[in-house]
Amino acid sequence: MCANKATTLENEIDLGKTEKILEKYQTIKGALIPILQKVQDEYGYVPEEAAYLVADRLGIYPSQIFGVLTFYTQFHLKPRGKYIMKVCCGTACHVKGAPGILDRLQATLNVQAGETTADNIFTVERVNCIGACSLAPIIVVNKDAHAKVVSDDVANIVNDLKAREA
Amino acid sequence: MATAKDRIKVLVGMATCGQAAGGVKVYPEVERQLKELGIEADLNAVGCIGCCSLEPLMDIVMPGRTRVTYKQVDAEKVGKILQKHIKEGEIDKKSVLAQMHTNGKDENPYEGVPFFDEIPFFAKQRKIVLKRCGYIDPKSFDDYIAMDGYKAVTKVLKEMTQQQVIDEVTKSGLRGRGGAGFPTGMKWSFASKSPGPQKYFICNADEGDPGAFMDRSVLEGDPHAVLEGMIIGGYAIGANTGYIYCRAEYPLAIEQLLVAIDDANKHGYLGKNILGSGFDYQLIIKEGAGAFVCGEETALMASIEGFRGMPRSRPPFPAIKGLFGKPTNINNVETLANIGHIILMGGAKYAEIGTEKTKGTKVFAVTGKIKNPGLIEVPAGIQLREVLIDICGGSDRKNVQIKATQLGGPSGGCIPFEHAETAIDYESLIQAGAIMGSGGVVVMDEMNCMVDVARYFLNFTAEESCGKCTPCRVGTKVMLDILERICRGEGEMEDIQKLEDLGNDIKAASLCALGQTAPNPVLSTIRYYRHEYEQHIKDKFCAATVCVPLLKFEVREDVCTKCGLCKKPCPTDALVWEKKQTARINHATCTKCRACIEACPFRAIK
Repeated sequence: MCANKATTLENEIDLGKTEKILEKYQTIKGALIPILQKVQDEYGYVPEEAAYLVADRLGIYPSQIFGVLTFYTQFHLKPRGKYIMKVCCGTACHVKGAPGILDRLQATLNVQAGETTADNIFTVERVNCIGACSLAPIIVVNKDAHAKVVSDDVANIVNDLKAREA
Repeated sequence: MATAKDRIKVLVGMATCGQAAGGVKVYPEVERQLKELGIEADLNAVGCIGCCSLEPLMDIVMPGRTRVTYKQVDAEKVGKILQKHIKEGEIDKKSVLAQMHTNGKDENPYEGVPFFDEIPFFAKQRKIVLKRCGYIDPKSFDDYIAMDGYKAVTKVLKEMTQQQVIDEVTKSGLRGRGGAGFPTGMKWSFASKSPGPQKYFICNADEGDPGAFMDRSVLEGDPHAVLEGMIIGGYAIGANTGYIYCRAEYPLAIEQLLVAIDDANKHGYLGKNILGSGFDYQLIIKEGAGAFVCGEETALMASIEGFRGMPRSRPPFPAIKGLFGKPTNINNVETLANIGHIILMGGAKYAEIGTEKTKGTKVFAVTGKIKNPGLIEVPAGIQLREVLIDICGGSDRKNVQIKATQLGGPSGGCIPFEHAETAIDYESLIQAGAIMGSGGVVVMDEMNCMVDVARYFLNFTAEESCGKCTPCRVGTKVMLDILERICRGEGEMEDIQKLEDLGNDIKAASLCALGQTAPNPVLSTIRYYRHEYEQHIKDKFCAATVCVPLLKFEVREDVCTKCGLCKKPCPTDALVWEKKQTARINHATCTKCRACIEACPFRAIK
């Protein structure tokens, strides 16, 4: 590890955080998924270097780790934006117009679901159901839910967030 | 010092639905206003009482008076309601929903305010599982104890043998509420007879059906009830470790469970030698990572073990060889939430509720195009019509009729409104082409295209297929391709037959329930709405105005009332409208986003 902070590259991953997580969970039976979840909580995604370190410490093949990472939709292998815009695409939201909302959001931010804007501010994601179906359709921005959204609201939600960044 | 009974109580609905509807703003405002008004009161966050569309809800309890619930409370209304109710003893009639007795019948009611059981939404419900949801503070151990909490565990551990517990549950006739409907008592007896010193008890809280939130509400509103079911079940089969596998999309449920487990440990209902019975039991929460297939029991166990959540063939069944290779029993959240009540009321009494083959109650999440969406609990055997019309108030739009209800999510099917007299029990629903499922009921109206709905579900199952067996992995994809083609207006008449043949093959040949049930939404819509498929294919016409490639984006002059409601939502100003004139769409700038179609109350745009 590089001791001198000034020479640390900005995009270098601090694996110390992963080490700490491993210390705590390494010995617990079936802990792979919780470890990866904690790693993602820490970095916002699962960096490749961290995945290799986890494989090394748990004594399992990296392929098994990447098998798990790509199987579950929760895990992300690339950094995501500051605001994660989750459009709920559960059945109730679908019949109440979620596809139109998603289209509008994608057009407004000029990215497709699963992608992040070039400035790393917004990530658009589809989520299967957040279980607040009575308030369909719903967009969740990080932890804030916007209920009963109509396609007209989309621009307002985005503009409010952009204003916060400006 | 004043006892809890003498204190003023204010309760705010803070389940996921309550929070999303604005509860997160109401709660701190109540806190602020109470201080400002100089009112000393206990403020609590409660779960969901079911009428989610009326959230945020706020309840006020004055000493000696009934508990009054206010609906659709926003930050602006809080101060006025508190002032009137607490300071002046008056009810804000505009915002009030209903009142209820909390402590017998001796509290003084408010005049002119209906009781909960006088409101249609609640009148036909029978609450057993949801009894405490929304009434107690889920984080309060004392609240739970005050409503018969842990009495069942105490009874079981002090008075009953393992076999007696299993017999009682068998007597109740309880069947698995996760969807399959397997008798719970029988399941427990298999796991109990399975030899071995180490056994596991799992609660399946991976509620993956899109459009269903029964388990979320129970976990968020009454987490101890689920723990109680798990402790009793663990004792009955001889397990000393239980896992709760909860989906990661439910952060609040996980939070409530963590608090509940901690409290249960502190009060000696979990841990070593529980209530001096010699029974040791620990509970562990496992957070899911977003895979629908993990609701399948063998996939769920693979996921807990840290692998990809892929199902394996059975036998061996989990009761013989389950988690970490040990005998394991898996039950769903709602099933477990019933257990404590069954022990206390007795299996025979419980079996008096419901029909001959479906005992007890069932919780449903009714959503979609319905006036009063929410969470309801009804006795099995009630007619679908009673749920849709009497309880949930029918269609949510004046000029649009309910067309069908979809039960059981991606594994289920739809029932046309004409068949709404169907009784809600496991067998009748299967006969009608749907399933009981876990309890998701999505209501669709004339503006929902059944081909699109079938495509939606196939898209879901094709994405969520784990890929292990070919019929499911490839079959669902091929079915999806055909459906997408039909929705684009490129279908051929043979496609309908192809879908049916392929669907039946996938059902017969898939490894697990995901594949075995994936074609159901397609097969049931073909059964009842074959004409819609034919219209899409032959006439290139989508009557519901959903499938964009088949729409002309033209205004029907004979229907347009010149109201202009369609103008504002148009993002590109392609919709041209002047006062007293028929609207017109400029095709050069129209992006076909359907915003105008959604906005028109008269369905004048085709």
